[in-house]
Amino acid sequence: MNATAHHSESGGHGHHPQPGFLRKYVFSLDHKIIGIQFLLTTLVFFMVGGLLALAVRWQLAWPWQEMPVIGKMLFSDTGNVISPEFYTMLFTMHASVMIFFVVIPMLIGAFANFCIPLMIGAPDMAFPTLNMLSYWFFWPAFLIMGYSFTVEGGAAAAGWTAYPPLSTIETAAPGSLGGQTWWLVALIFVGISSMMGSVNYITTIIKMRAPGMHMFRMPMTVWAMFITALLQAFALPVLTAALAMQLLDRTLQTGFFNPAGLVVNNVTVATGGGQPILWQHLFWFYSHPAVYIMILPAMGIVSDVLSTFARKPLFGYRPMVYSVAGIAGLGFVVWGHHMFQSGMNPALGATFMVSTMMIALPSAIKTFNWLGTLWRGNLIFTSAMLFAVGFISVFAIGGLSGIFMAATPIDIYIHDTYFIVAHIHYVLMGGSAFGIFAGIYYWFPKMFGRTMNESWGKVHFFGTFVAMNCTFFPMHVLGAAGMPRRLADPYHYETFAHLKDLNIFITISALVLGGFQVIFALNFIFSIFGGEKADRNPWRSNTLEWVAPSPPPHGNFETTPIVYRGPYEYASPEVEEDYLPQNVPTPGAAPVPGAAI
Amino acid sequence: MFENFPLFPDQVSASAGKVDALYAFLVIVTIVFSVLIFTAVLFFAVRYRRRKQGELAKTVHSSLKLEIVWSVVPLILALIMFGWGADLYFEMWRPPTEALDVFVVGKQWMWNLLHTEEGQKELNTLHVPLGQKIRLTMISEDVIHSFYIPAARVKADVLPGRYTRLWFEPTKAGEYHLFCAEYCGTKHSAMIGKVIVMPPVEYERWLSGGAGSEPLDVAGERLFGQLGCQSCHGAEGNQRGPSLAGVFGSKVQLQDGRVIVSDENYIRESILNPKAKIVAGYEPLMPTYEGQVSEEQLIQLISYLKTLDEKDSN
Repeated sequence: MNATAHHSESGGHGHHPQPGFLRKYVFSLDHKIIGIQFLLTTLVFFMVGGLLALAVRWQLAWPWQEMPVIGKMLFSDTGNVISPEFYTMLFTMHASVMIFFVVIPMLIGAFANFCIPLMIGAPDMAFPTLNMLSYWFFWPAFLIMGYSFTVEGGAAAAGWTAYPPLSTIETAAPGSLGGQTWWLVALIFVGISSMMGSVNYITTIIKMRAPGMHMFRMPMTVWAMFITALLQAFALPVLTAALAMQLLDRTLQTGFFNPAGLVVNNVTVATGGGQPILWQHLFWFYSHPAVYIMILPAMGIVSDVLSTFARKPLFGYRPMVYSVAGIAGLGFVVWGHHMFQSGMNPALGATFMVSTMMIALPSAIKTFNWLGTLWRGNLIFTSAMLFAVGFISVFAIGGLSGIFMAATPIDIYIHDTYFIVAHIHYVLMGGSAFGIFAGIYYWFPKMFGRTMNESWGKVHFFGTFVAMNCTFFPMHVLGAAGMPRRLADPYHYETFAHLKDLNIFITISALVLGGFQVIFALNFIFSIFGGEKADRNPWRSNTLEWVAPSPPPHGNFETTPIVYRGPYEYASPEVEEDYLPQNVPTPGAAPVPGAAI
Repeated sequence: MFENFPLFPDQVSASAGKVDALYAFLVIVTIVFSVLIFTAVLFFAVRYRRRKQGELAKTVHSSLKLEIVWSVVPLILALIMFGWGADLYFEMWRPPTEALDVFVVGKQWMWNLLHTEEGQKELNTLHVPLGQKIRLTMISEDVIHSFYIPAARVKADVLPGRYTRLWFEPTKAGEYHLFCAEYCGTKHSAMIGKVIVMPPVEYERWLSGGAGSEPLDVAGERLFGQLGCQSCHGAEGNQRGPSLAGVFGSKVQLQDGRVIVSDENYIRESILNPKAKIVAGYEPLMPTYEGQVSEEQLIQLISYLKTLDEKDSN
């Protein structure tokens, strides 16, 4: 089937007019270019978010000590050290950047854009212009969030959860002066962008599948993106509305969230009549599903990578699809577990408790099916495969530590401690980021026509795996010992003095973790220009994106592929090779496309 | 490097041991599953790695039996955790009927603790007697705080505009840490305090020894007079408002047909926002007292109303 692999790449351009530079690379309508734009932008913000995290770690290991080199540049007016005001801004912006500017747009901006049309055999997205806008609507958010650092009081400092009244009353925190307003405006832009993306993905997957691509012949990545887009389409409007309400509370003195009669910092607050808990419900109604928005696509990517490099069908394809749907469905009825200690009626609390416990079920099904995929496979350990296998192990820890939050009496104890920080980082760094890395190594040849350096990829994996566990696992211990999160100086309490050594260990691990990402960044940049040339299907994979040239031209496929089977026919007895692509007619059978559809 | 490293704080409340037992159960379950998963990953990675080109994997698509096993086992474990957890959750939430009341007012960045007896007031330190149930009724003047005593394994958010509850029964004398767990602004990490658990005799001595001010209910009675509440609510007044004798804890019939139990939150709301819930048979005439009474004064008024029952029957 690779007979045409090296035929001229310009052949695919035939039926599309050649656009100019600006239309081709900047304001492009091509889903692949938009996907790569999302990828490059979010990788830059990944670096920004990482540096913010390292600054947080510096303060926790060596509080009120001068940061080498950077200290003099950034904090000259506070004696070259981080001030408490700056610290609160650091952790607020670290989380905001990582969640809203990195993980979400990386998975459902970059990967969904790049993969969906290619994997379902479509020439592009259903609405290319809307797709372009979904990328460019991110830019106001980037600029506004950047600008917010320069306003009086600095950027938002009310935590990424932005609980009122801390976030709504200007005298409550320095970042609540102007920074919080700009934070809200930026996130409204992010919300609009994501909504445009979701509508596009849902439509594209429903309407634009190639002939023969039944829903149950779609790869897990597409299934995960589809369900995630639905999840986002239903949950996101609630957050956008809540952001708008908080914006009104701040600018027009409406009273959605501020209760009456507040005296903040000796200033009586004029507005009132609202409910601060209302914000928490609205916020978590989106932000709990957001955790699944950040993990389900990574699960899809990992499933495809595992099957490809185990040279074996994905174990339990249908149960895998149902469990993704199950996680998404349950995701709408578990938000209350973020609020067990907020004075919630225990009848309601117990309901949230049982629904949260039930998440264990689809998660277990997924984990064991991944193990089933490895079982009796023929495993090839590429960098992508290493990250996918690593994902199973670290996600297992992140998933299992979740039951501590589901069990209310335990949650009440560990809520707002470092245990929660450990849990979310196992899910987002160990889960989402490992899935993202697997996806980048896997699809890089399709994106740029070259492969990334595999040796450096393996160094990146082993370094990241070890440093990541050294960074985040000890945080469970800090949390179990009772250390609250978001403390500028935990050593105010002599009871935590003994935790300082552990905090220093974590910070050093985090620095090492950051160092290994530099290796990744260099590998990424050098491979774009100097990586080994890749053919159409370097991994001998079954799914449709590998039928197109690498990189695919505008319009993707020379001829519309016809799909004859599911995506995971590896080691099929019907052929001699160990893979049987979705678009190849069954050997021996008459190639009648209509019969297979 | 890590000597004197307690993984867990002391257990100093009646429920701490029960919380830790459930915690231990969860730890065991997670360790068993982690070890199972890690062993499988490592074993498969070594056993089934590709050794030479041209090897073929064994094609196994799925197995219904396995799918059922790994659905049912987690389901059963999840239900056990739910049953155990819910039982303990209800026990820890249900407020005791007989308890020592303490009011808590949180603000950036301190705790104001008001004892009902002897007019004792404390800042950032809470003295409690050993072996007695302590019931805290808490409110914030500004942003959300969270009252957290790790040694007692209790935590509850302290909200502005609404009372929340917390109770615990100290079982060991000593000094324990008190934290604000909910991020509350710049000096959140300096919002620290301690809980001092004393034998009852020493506690009584402490209670009467300090520079106590007016008891809460006495201050409340004085305030009740100063604000002119009795002109509408008193027995000699014009009776435009309902009598408040015995109102606390009683069932109140509202104009819109609802019947509610009068608690601290209801009384607080009726003072600040009287038109929110009108008692059946009365006109919505009462003006708001928002901005005229502080959180501490509201607590004094509530404490006074709680005593009205006894005083009237005497």
